[in-house]
Amino acid sequence: MSKDSARRISAMNEDLLRPLVETSWRFWLLVAVLGSIVATGLGTWAYQMYRGFGMTGINMPIYWAFYITTFVFWIGISHAGTLISAILRLVNAGWRRPVTRCAEVITAFALMIGAMFPIIHLGRPWLFFWLMPYPNQRMIWPNFRSPLVWDFFAISTYLTGSLLFLLLPMIPDLALVRDKTTGWRHRVYGVLALGWQGTPKQWHRLESAMQIMAIAIIPVAVSVHTIVSFDFSMAPVPMWHSAIFGPYFVAGAIFSGIAALIIAMAALRKFLHLEEYLHPVHFQNLGKLMLMMSLLWTYFIFNERLTVWYGNASAEREVFLVTQRGSFAPLFWTMVACNFAIPFVILSIKKLRTITGCVIASFTVVIGMWLERFLIVVPSLGHKYLPYTWGHYRPRPVEIIIVASTFAAMVLLYVLFSKLVPIISIWELKVGEHFVADATPQEAAEHPLLKAHP
Amino acid sequence: MPHRWGMAVDLDRCTGCEACVTACHAENNIPTVGPEQAARGRAMHWIRVERYWEGDFPDVRLKFRPVMCQQCDAAPCEPVCPTYASHHTADGLNAQVYNRCIGTRYCANACPYNVRFFDFFNPQWPKPLHLQLNPDVSVREVGVMEKCTFCVQRISAVRTQAKAETREIKDGDIKPACAQACPAKALVFGDLNDPESEVSRLSRSPRGSKLLDDLGTLPKVTYLARPSDS
Repeated sequence: MSKDSARRISAMNEDLLRPLVETSWRFWLLVAVLGSIVATGLGTWAYQMYRGFGMTGINMPIYWAFYITTFVFWIGISHAGTLISAILRLVNAGWRRPVTRCAEVITAFALMIGAMFPIIHLGRPWLFFWLMPYPNQRMIWPNFRSPLVWDFFAISTYLTGSLLFLLLPMIPDLALVRDKTTGWRHRVYGVLALGWQGTPKQWHRLESAMQIMAIAIIPVAVSVHTIVSFDFSMAPVPMWHSAIFGPYFVAGAIFSGIAALIIAMAALRKFLHLEEYLHPVHFQNLGKLMLMMSLLWTYFIFNERLTVWYGNASAEREVFLVTQRGSFAPLFWTMVACNFAIPFVILSIKKLRTITGCVIASFTVVIGMWLERFLIVVPSLGHKYLPYTWGHYRPRPVEIIIVASTFAAMVLLYVLFSKLVPIISIWELKVGEHFVADATPQEAAEHPLLKAHP
Repeated sequence: MPHRWGMAVDLDRCTGCEACVTACHAENNIPTVGPEQAARGRAMHWIRVERYWEGDFPDVRLKFRPVMCQQCDAAPCEPVCPTYASHHTADGLNAQVYNRCIGTRYCANACPYNVRFFDFFNPQWPKPLHLQLNPDVSVREVGVMEKCTFCVQRISAVRTQAKAETREIKDGDIKPACAQACPAKALVFGDLNDPESEVSRLSRSPRGSKLLDDLGTLPKVTYLARPSDS
């Protein structure tokens, strides 16, 4: 190893461990603000339970609305992580190294938050455990034919898998924190590091385990959002009952996931001063990926809507028209602008595909993808087969507060996590360093991608 | 042979008087939610009379259609319920077990007829309305779904009575509240497995059709068209 790279490695340790040991008052202020928003959300939920579910805007026939929209939204965001990082690991993309952990953390927290919504939206949330198969004296199982039970299994499998996928590559870094700190931190991280000594045998096992998880998590991730789409496509509701929903939902999930990842990375880069590690090239590459997903999403929604319009079945036509031209049209065209027009322009023009450009595009995509789920859930329920029962929906403060507070919850969890664990995988960066310093032929090291980020 | 309860609705007889709606509310302890909640779309009517206007003024025609749970043989509400609160009984009814319901409202979304209702608040009967509660029907708490049961309490009462008298249930023994209250006798209830019953006879009528038949839900309610329409 050259002297230069040894210096870089010690700088790496210092830069990336700094957030764990140094805490400014700004951190506590941020935690206090976010924490009080989350507490408001929880209090509002308690209020909703106390006063009755009627405090929401839900009505007959629109029995699902804000909560289910946000449920699908967060499960979609969760595809940021595990899926993207698993794919990047498997194809061994060198630029993935500083990105993977930021992404995997989003998955874990977005899933935890998303999984709250089916419970918040229950009429009797205190009985949510009836969705689980547990031994009971009445010998009653959940109904395995119900897509909601499939959801329960899909989400709990994905959560378990992505937690493992997140925790495995954390072990060597936790051991590093253990070795670089003293006092209570040394003891706590010593327990968390699970006795990691960095022996060749341990490295070998870690790599095998990570390889297995990276392969296993991809079908799980795809199946999770397909099963979430089954919540809709299994019911005989106009424009829900569609075979395109599985792939359409998976594409949308990855799309919004990349957007969330870009936003998180930009925030980390700015607030934790990680300019050395998160380069413009990372944002550009993720931006290209997001551009591709934007086009794929547009392709799916074009397919979905063209077939409905051309098929012209009476019930579907009504839902189609109310979103395309009726009362939902402003939201529909905002969605098209947010998910297609704006990101397409920003991300396909090289000059605009800067960090700021990617972040702006990501924000519009996050808004657009939330609207997409809203426009799937609500117009169909409001325009089912019998016109006599058509209805309207307007969210009420309870729903808005609870939904808004989950965004604060996401940021809060992320902030706390980046305080406790190095948010960039230090050992993986070092592996990349060795790779360039020792093993790469000269001409490959000259490649612009490796130059920009070794 | 098990019973298979069904209903025939003669649209030629229906005058749209809504006596069925009122009777249903009284029989089944269905709370009235007040004007404010009703305007929010929280009104609960296990049976409703849908009104459709046809044509342009002055050549308008008013059509009535009483719609209650169609007690489908292939009911979309049943498989989607995660807790079996919505399930099929041996005599073909779509039963709703209130105590087992956790309020996902998935059944109501899956139901193409929109005949399932959610308790948004704990029900209230301002005095002296509480004195008219039917002791044979449980009241439902906040957060559960409820729907037309074909007056299952009346079905079981007659079944018990017939068993005590060791005889079969006769056609016409059971009358749900809506059928009993209908002054025009537009609603006829009975056993579809008995080919001689009045409901079977009417269901075979060439005027008969099922609501949203093409969805394949196999409803047990048959609507008899007005001859002028068919």
